[in-house]
Amino acid sequence: MKELKGIAASLGFAIGSVFLYEREEIRIEECQDKDVSAEWQKFEDALKTAKEQISHIYEHVKNESGEDHAEIFSAQLMILDDPDLMDSVKQVLNAKRNNIEAALYEAIEQFAMAMEMLDDEYLKARALDIRDVGNRILRILLGIAESPTAGLNEPSVILADDLTPSDTVLIDKNMILGFCIAKGGATSHTAILARGLGIPAVVGAGDEIMKVKKGERIIVDGSEGFVFINPSDDKVSYYTEKQKHFNQVMKESLSKAHEPAITQDGQHVEVVANIGNVENAKAAMEAGAEGVGLLRTEFLYLEGTALPTEEEQYKSYRAIVDVFGDYPVILRTLDIGGDKELSYLSLPKEANPFLGVRAIRLCFNRPDIFKPQLRAALRAAEGKNLKIMFPMVATVDEIRQARAILTECQNELKAEKVSHAAKVDIGIMIEIPAAAIMSDVLAKEVDFFSIGTNDLSQYTLAADRTNAGVANIASSFQPPVLRLVKMVIDAAHKEGKWVGMCGELAGEPVAIPILLGLGLDEFSMNPPAIPIAKQIIRSVSKEQAKEIAELVLTLENSDQVQSYVRDLLPIVNF
Amino acid sequence: MPEKKLTITHPLGLHARPASIFVRAAAKFKCNITITHGARTSSAKSILGVLSLGVQKDSEVILKTEGEDADVALQSLEELIKEDFGDAK
Repeated sequence: MKELKGIAASLGFAIGSVFLYEREEIRIEECQDKDVSAEWQKFEDALKTAKEQISHIYEHVKNESGEDHAEIFSAQLMILDDPDLMDSVKQVLNAKRNNIEAALYEAIEQFAMAMEMLDDEYLKARALDIRDVGNRILRILLGIAESPTAGLNEPSVILADDLTPSDTVLIDKNMILGFCIAKGGATSHTAILARGLGIPAVVGAGDEIMKVKKGERIIVDGSEGFVFINPSDDKVSYYTEKQKHFNQVMKESLSKAHEPAITQDGQHVEVVANIGNVENAKAAMEAGAEGVGLLRTEFLYLEGTALPTEEEQYKSYRAIVDVFGDYPVILRTLDIGGDKELSYLSLPKEANPFLGVRAIRLCFNRPDIFKPQLRAALRAAEGKNLKIMFPMVATVDEIRQARAILTECQNELKAEKVSHAAKVDIGIMIEIPAAAIMSDVLAKEVDFFSIGTNDLSQYTLAADRTNAGVANIASSFQPPVLRLVKMVIDAAHKEGKWVGMCGELAGEPVAIPILLGLGLDEFSMNPPAIPIAKQIIRSVSKEQAKEIAELVLTLENSDQVQSYVRDLLPIVNF
Repeated sequence: MPEKKLTITHPLGLHARPASIFVRAAAKFKCNITITHGARTSSAKSILGVLSLGVQKDSEVILKTEGEDADVALQSLEELIKEDFGDAK
């Protein structure tokens, strides 16, 4: 048995055999004096197969995720039909009389490189599509399997170096027991995907896992980050029990997902969702969310090739607010910069993007971005329970400045006689240690706080959470983070303000009793985590939670904190 | 040989969806169709060619058609451009 430790990225336990996700390299050797018409015939046959494959993917994605997601594949089909591309392949073939693979590769590279040279992010991205299409035809010509998952025909644990969105779109979800990924952190693509699907995952497990062979037995512990290769019988039976317990708790939670979360001593605790678009909004309602604690607005900015207009934003916000009826929806203003870039803004490169011009700091520099968003939010808030939240606030002056711009927008809308909310609740994210330390002063300026534990932890511990080398240090269970959380909650309550949390920690089963004990008023999390979070809240009393919180604040490190709660409360012990 | 000078008014220019709609429409005709932007000309039936012209909003293009359905092709592509490719966003 071999034991490895990575980052727990998605709850649950997988016990099964390994499926290695490996991309086979495309190798082309050029040969001369070929029969041009025979080579061309091979090309036409491969083209036909490629069209069938892509049409199939297009239909599949359209049915599963909708037209918008499928569009990239209809664009690829158009590339396969492109007369210029075909001519250019033919020209190379006629001129060089080489093998079709080499001719195609040359033609594809010509087009892709021409696109890349243009000063246009959209076209540069199309170069990728051209190569993707080209590689597909080359794989067909060379007899390489269409996708690395072609041989995946029994439910397995997917083991990979790293996965991209296009890798995952085609994997049959019923064939995935769990993920074990060598690279990446808790916010990597696979981690987010796995949580969305409710599939256990460990990421950042290290390059060593790539030595594991297909078919070997593996256990993936998505709650503590352990991976066992060829586990002993004891381990297997231990984890089989855990899996049973987890599945049972999940089942109970799901059956009560739409009931409120009321503690043993009768206190109702608000459980809401983190969402990023209209589809998420619907999923959140289905999962039992009582509103939205964090509406990320970046999606509107990331999907287009230019800034979204006020009107486009208004329509999207309104569509989301409408899903939730009277429930509150907290809209967070644009949080771009740091690790999130917008290609069309061409923002200057910074040496330290996480400590640079991001989020509210960027918005202050760019009223042409900030004001249309605030105006759209104010309009969408009319007659609805929409609140506005500013990210990355470090000082009191910043809140005052943000508030002044908001008032300016309100006055403009009033003068233009555009209907909008005259009064909205204003809150800030507490994600910078300075804001947590000054929370007693900041609380006087706002209606609520929402603690962003991901950033708060990485800034407090000076450890990049996306860097697998230090991700363990950046744990939100670290006592210094928990002490800051307590400080923030106490300061807000003193001013009669409420405190929510929209960081990953709020949806962590082990963290929930602690946060409840610290007095957190609102728990906001990814929709799939909601049913279980409610069930955990139902299982404890506020008094008991308080005792737990007091004790863990005296502990030394995140491991101690987690084991203490796990040992004490069987419901979170999975 | 019929030709026409037209202004692209769609906010995205001849990019993304507008470009695909345009190329798909052009591909339905038998005649040869070219589109010229500045000094560069491409077949209107080639998505890669049309995209690489890099036509932005409010720029002018010249459409030329040649062959049996040249007139009706020019007319229908002109309408498509004037209607912002059917989605007045």
